[in-house]
Amino acid sequence: MNRIFEHPKSLKYTNTHFCPGCTHGVAHRLIADAIDKLNIREKTIGIPGVGCCVFLYKYFNIDVLEAPHGRAPACATGMKRAQPDKIIFSYQGDGDMAAIGTSEIIHAANRGENISVFFINNSVYGMTGGQMAPTTLLGQQTTTSPYGRDFKTEGYPIKMAEMLATLEGVAYSSRVSLHSPKHINQASKAIQKALEMQINEMGFSVVEMLSTCPTNWRVSPTEALETVDREMIPYFPLGVYKERKGKDFL
Amino acid sequence: MLDRKLTKGNIALAEGAIQAGCMFYFGYPITPQNDIPEYFAKNLPKIGGTFVPAESEIASINMVMGAAASGKRAMTSSSGPGISLMQEGISYMAGSEIPCVIVNIMRSGPGLGGIDPTQGDYNQAVHGGGHGDYSNIVLAPASVQEMFDLTIKAFELADKYRNPAMIIADAMIGQFQEACRLIPEHPVKSYDKNWSLLGCESREPRLLKSLYLGPGEQETHNLDLQKKYRTMEEHEVLYESIGLEDAEVMIIAFGTPSRVAKTAIKELRKNGIKAGLFRPITLFPFPKKEIHEYSKKTGKILVVEMNTGQMLNDVIIASDRNSTVSFFGRPGGGIPYPDEIISHAMKLL
Repeated sequence: MNRIFEHPKSLKYTNTHFCPGCTHGVAHRLIADAIDKLNIREKTIGIPGVGCCVFLYKYFNIDVLEAPHGRAPACATGMKRAQPDKIIFSYQGDGDMAAIGTSEIIHAANRGENISVFFINNSVYGMTGGQMAPTTLLGQQTTTSPYGRDFKTEGYPIKMAEMLATLEGVAYSSRVSLHSPKHINQASKAIQKALEMQINEMGFSVVEMLSTCPTNWRVSPTEALETVDREMIPYFPLGVYKERKGKDFL
Repeated sequence: MLDRKLTKGNIALAEGAIQAGCMFYFGYPITPQNDIPEYFAKNLPKIGGTFVPAESEIASINMVMGAAASGKRAMTSSSGPGISLMQEGISYMAGSEIPCVIVNIMRSGPGLGGIDPTQGDYNQAVHGGGHGDYSNIVLAPASVQEMFDLTIKAFELADKYRNPAMIIADAMIGQFQEACRLIPEHPVKSYDKNWSLLGCESREPRLLKSLYLGPGEQETHNLDLQKKYRTMEEHEVLYESIGLEDAEVMIIAFGTPSRVAKTAIKELRKNGIKAGLFRPITLFPFPKKEIHEYSKKTGKILVVEMNTGQMLNDVIIASDRNSTVSFFGRPGGGIPYPDEIISHAMKLL
């Protein structure tokens, strides 16, 4: 009998602690599937940042280094330089990467570090209880923007995938969404592409994933999925912002 | 006798690191330690090593963490303001038990301060600096030769105890030149790193982290770290003593002030005053027992530092309660003169 669906080798058998309707689990599954498919589990090292993303180590059946808040791209730089034959990825939320870690992500990207970055954008600080992040949408109410985010005082939501695509060192930058089966399939391909870029030594790759945080958005899991479609995608358009075809940087 | 070469302190340190097998250097420019990154930038590529000019000291220490988590000897260097930025990463490495070497060629502070020699970062290095209940291994060279030898020692101790090791030297030690033997005194020791993250081929996955959320987990981890620090105190204390057998006054100093104190002690002895020197080489583990024993014997102690009294507190804690501890210090780039030390020592008698 042909087995067409099974538990990924790159994930442990364990119960999830993520909130109902959270898409971290979907992102984990897609990354783990890609690692299995590319047969790189035994040479892959994951580096989560701080926030809900840190719990990567509870779920992935691979070596893991926990980085300080926002610093995963710097840790990944040191690790990749020390072990160029290994596959190194960071897994960061929007507070981690787009706020406290902007310096580290921009310079790792600009150096063209041959690492992959998986960026979970759910528009809030999840673990700390739903505070405003740089990715919080205009008008979005959070515990620290109780009257809704106002561009006059808090500026505009930051578009990381577009911004990183402008840097020469970046081989691949795309934004995907995890709110529907169709989009999950697209995300799966983007994640695999990012890891292939690293395997082929093309340089820095990043996949931004629009994700849900029903608990902190104060909506039901299904409403959260609809919110991504209705409110996030219009501001954070999906697509590939950069894809290097050959080693044209040489 | 082995050949010795006129060498600058910072260069001796960098060469010592390379000879200790450090092939990974990450750093950001700051005076008075720029000779160190420049030496690595020039020499590491020649031997297959990696030099990365990081975007900040925060990035530097985290790059060190990545390379060190890979089981490699890795280091960074900086001065006060940059070392302050590194404290987050140092705390994480202490918590995750990832060994590395951090060098602080101290400049004066607070704030941007100045680039003159100082020892104002003693407390930052020895009493944590970053958040949480941890200790760095801290070594204090007082000569160019020690910049070389103690750097090798720092890598050995860091690996042995899976702990960050810091070298703190004032700008004088970093910037002056002396004859130096640029060959290790003993074969460099290395340690098995069966904790390093290399990909989980043919073994269970490994994890390096400092997050402990389960009931009692963090407390257990903290107590385990403390056990390790106590083991260091038992086995790794280093110090130099001169003339303490018959001393009636013991001067305690590290780095440049210990050199000035040696001149002062010679003068004092010429004038019939039995002065001696106790120079801690390891600031953590601090030579508590040794200072206690000598303080019982000598009774009178003068602590000399290039700050307003930081090691002083550790000396007071270590000393016998019946001994007298006094202090002479110059902060902000001031360097103690021998006659200043002499007059302070005389006041004790």
